[in-house]
Amino acid sequence: MAEIRLENVRKEFGEVVAVKDISLTIHDREFMVLLGPSGCGKSTLLRCIAGLEQVNNGRILIDGEDVTQLPPRKRGISMVFQSYAVFPHMTVFENIAFGLRMQKKPDAEIRQRVQSSAELLHIEELLDRYPAQLSGGQRQRVAVARAIAVQAKVLLMDEPLSNLDALLRLEMRAELKRLLDELQATVIYVTHDQVEALSMGDRIAVMRNGEILQCDSPIAVYNNPAAHFIGSFIGNPPMNFLTARVLDGKTAVSVHETTIPLPPSIASQLKANTELWLGIRAENIEALSQTAPDTIPAKVLVVEPLGSHNLLTVQVGNELLKVNTHADAKFSPGQAIWLRFAADKIRWLDKLTGQSLI
Amino acid sequence: MIAKLRAQNLEPYLLLLPSTIFLLLFFAWPMFRALSLAILNDEGQFTLAHIQRMTSDVAFWDAIRNTFILLITIIPLQFILALIMALIVTSGLRGSGLLIYFYALPIAISDLAAGIVWFAVFTERGYLNTLLTNLGILDKPFIFLNIQTSWPLIAVIIAEVWRATSIVFVILVAGLQGIPKEYNEAAEIFGANWYTRLWRVTLPMLRPSIQVALILRTILAFQVFAVVVALTGGNLRVLALEAFRWYGDFRNANVAAAYAALILIFSMIVSVVYLRTLRSPETELTG
Repeated sequence: MAEIRLENVRKEFGEVVAVKDISLTIHDREFMVLLGPSGCGKSTLLRCIAGLEQVNNGRILIDGEDVTQLPPRKRGISMVFQSYAVFPHMTVFENIAFGLRMQKKPDAEIRQRVQSSAELLHIEELLDRYPAQLSGGQRQRVAVARAIAVQAKVLLMDEPLSNLDALLRLEMRAELKRLLDELQATVIYVTHDQVEALSMGDRIAVMRNGEILQCDSPIAVYNNPAAHFIGSFIGNPPMNFLTARVLDGKTAVSVHETTIPLPPSIASQLKANTELWLGIRAENIEALSQTAPDTIPAKVLVVEPLGSHNLLTVQVGNELLKVNTHADAKFSPGQAIWLRFAADKIRWLDKLTGQSLI
Repeated sequence: MIAKLRAQNLEPYLLLLPSTIFLLLFFAWPMFRALSLAILNDEGQFTLAHIQRMTSDVAFWDAIRNTFILLITIIPLQFILALIMALIVTSGLRGSGLLIYFYALPIAISDLAAGIVWFAVFTERGYLNTLLTNLGILDKPFIFLNIQTSWPLIAVIIAEVWRATSIVFVILVAGLQGIPKEYNEAAEIFGANWYTRLWRVTLPMLRPSIQVALILRTILAFQVFAVVVALTGGNLRVLALEAFRWYGDFRNANVAAAYAALILIFSMIVSVVYLRTLRSPETELTG
């Protein structure tokens, strides 16, 4: 059991508040991703949990024990660093064995555990080498092997894949996911890559300016972003946002002269003539080459064939939208098209606060 | 076209030329002259006479002994002190950064001046005697720099440690600052306490800096001269001083050259030993 509980954790660097009173519970064996743009405080929060930074306020509990004042080595954690921090003066074997040596494990056990960790990461051939003889990807594997060899209940990962090239990252992502599933450790994984977050996490905590804006399952974060920022940060392409004006009867909105009905639950919270964001993802828009009822007229600006589908950039009034179309669909720049939104996929957000309306 | 190509090929050599001429003129030629002075007689034939004269001199073994005593006491002391100072300065504690200016200050003081400062401390009516008599520890001034005792040697050790620790310190600080903090953090996460981190992470990663500092300090220790002259007036025999005396007082350039050659050989041997024993595996293997 290793549940991690953060209670009002606050970290300041001089005037700057890097982490603003965050409270979050990460369940035993959960894979929690901290996602956000650079400078959002996600790495600082991880370093607070690790004990590499002293918090200014709040408590950190691991497994029910208050570790706020404990040094990193007494917190029962393990970590993979962004820069790997694989010791250059030690062989791969000694690197992986480092944590076990510190725990004064018997030699036989160290050998066996280093071997099995190395095998899990397919680096058993490299044990006698020095890090300088390894590629970036291999060093990354050493860093992960070192972290799992100690069999800590909590594994912290600080952007472990960000220094790998795109192809290697894709390969390592799947491999890490399989590996971490087997480990049964509680994992906190920091990344700025929303694809990594969506594909690996049990839950994603989206951070900005030292705060958690939304913490939910990947699919919920993707489908129901709690804020404009999250919708525009997660997903490729990001969610489209159109300005909508609430009509007099409050049962519909006008989007560039087209009327779209409002769900009653949303309508009851609104006043007439206020402005909203209408959020819709590219794959939930249907592009038609002829007009039809309940469609919004638009003009194609750019057509990007991506193999599996085509990505259109279209203009509606003075706003730009991304639309996914079938790879066989024939659209060309300048062409007039009509868009139909999947009604159940439309999200409504307050235009002033950027918060989602439910 | 061919002329242009040739000019391009020549360019690097032309750029190297000024420094090559400088090195040949002011280093290689004097070195060659010194060596030939040491092993050639007036007719230009090979002889060991000068070297024999050097080794049979009464002061020779004293000079060797004293130089090596200074070497093996000063250098370890300096390293321990410099490492402690460097660790304090890089610890990130409040105000610790300011100490760097204090610690580095002796670099700016010439060795002769440093010798005179310490002479003022140790001499019969110096600061130390004044302090000790005023405190009532001594009745009358103690002659620290009496050559019949070990005190002059100790005074030289203290003065040299004070004077030249700062250069080791500066090199070690630069080295420490070059070690990314993630290494120590990783060690900390995986259970290493401060002492273990120092031995298992910091010092091994500091090896290239330690190597440079050791070579520099040892070579300079073989050449110890001004502080000895200032503190003991030349009564304490050391190798560089003997070379000076044979050249200046006895007007024998040949034996002086033999001493110089001996210092050179010692320095080279020590440098090679350091380079080999402190070789770091990671650099060796990347080559």
